[in-house]
Amino acid sequence: MVAIGCVVKNPGSSKNNKTGSWRTFKPVLDKDKCVDCENCYIFCPDASINTEREIDYDYCKGCGICANECPVDAIEMIKE
Amino acid sequence: MVKEVMTSNKAVAEAVRLAKPQVIPVYPITPQTTISEYLAQYVADEKIDAKYIKVESEHSAISASVGASGAGVRVFTATSSQGLMLMHEILFAAAGMRTPFVLADANRAISAPLNIWNDQQDSIAQRDAGWLQIYVENAQEALDTTLMAYKVSENPKILLPSMVCLDGFILTHTVEPVEIPEQELVDEFLPPYKPEHSFIDTETPMSIGTFADPENYLEARHDMQVAMDNAKEVIQQTCDEFAEKFGRQYGLVDAYKCDDAEIIYVAMGSICSTIRAIVDELREAGEKVGLLKIRAYRPFPVEAIEEAVVNCDKLAVVDKNVTFGNGGALFTDIKAKIHKDAYGFIVGLGGRDITPKEIKEIYEKTKNPVKEVTWIGLKEE
Repeated sequence: MVAIGCVVKNPGSSKNNKTGSWRTFKPVLDKDKCVDCENCYIFCPDASINTEREIDYDYCKGCGICANECPVDAIEMIKE
Repeated sequence: MVKEVMTSNKAVAEAVRLAKPQVIPVYPITPQTTISEYLAQYVADEKIDAKYIKVESEHSAISASVGASGAGVRVFTATSSQGLMLMHEILFAAAGMRTPFVLADANRAISAPLNIWNDQQDSIAQRDAGWLQIYVENAQEALDTTLMAYKVSENPKILLPSMVCLDGFILTHTVEPVEIPEQELVDEFLPPYKPEHSFIDTETPMSIGTFADPENYLEARHDMQVAMDNAKEVIQQTCDEFAEKFGRQYGLVDAYKCDDAEIIYVAMGSICSTIRAIVDELREAGEKVGLLKIRAYRPFPVEAIEEAVVNCDKLAVVDKNVTFGNGGALFTDIKAKIHKDAYGFIVGLGGRDITPKEIKEIYEKTKNPVKEVTWIGLKEE
């Protein structure tokens, strides 16, 4: 629930604004194909993939850069 | 208690003096100018302990008002016509940020053609900004309403800014006797503003005027709608409290001889005085007629209007504005919400005189209607 007038009384509140709902296509990783190159982690502009190659769907906006950069096509973009 | 003869602009300035705002950002514009002049004088004479900010435009006046109100102090500003148009963007921000200050609007026509005279197009054009809008009929009501506006706006259930709308020249530049309330009584009625939801304080830091994505925006706007709905009750309560303290009773609407009326005029602002005189005249001639003065235009007091017009057959809705392509704003609101036979009349745009003869013509045209919306006083080719 937002405060009256959208006043922000606690710092670091940006993370409360889940942006995953903006997504049209969702990246799905096939771990069997993955070669651990970390390209997806490096290229994700929203820091929504960690070093364990786990995708944070609360913030991933579905831009598809990870799928584009994956050298072994381990990430597939699937329509939500 | 002191009684003085003064203009409505002076009456507003007196109310502001009594309300003790701490910041007054204001930019002069006809016919509001004397409000800003009186307040500058009061601040210079130390009758008001406030920061008077000489801004470079109305956009800055309202921006400074939002900033100061966000900082947690009581704020007043005033404008008119093109000045209110320039404020448009920040009017919405003021309401959305829930900054509860008061603005007096000296109602004046909008360009083009350029015109400095009275109609109510300027404030009507801002009706969707999320501000409470109260239209006053005379100088005493201008003073009293300005005081009440602070109490309503600052109520934690409301936290929306208020616009006190007074007809340019007809009220702003004509004098009437006005009772000036005692400061002590005003202090009891309107204690110092204690901001709760937003204020600048290094001990409890917060951000105001922030971003809201689609996950939050809808709720933020709905909160404003709830506050507007609450305002109907709070305005009435505040009016009752004011009456108890100062002996003058106001409400969301003011019904005059409506109980047994077959036709009821519905109008806002100074024109109600003229209509009331015509109602008396028509009553003497045996006509069953009344007047419903709308004080609160936003929130729109549907229940209070329904109650007042329950026994009548027809409504003659008088608008000093037009929403092009549809009729007057008050008329279209009445048509949408009140299940009565209603006719709209556009009058007095750009300061055209509204004569008793024309008020009677409105009555005749409601009794024997030809069309739904009629412009009164148009010159024949």
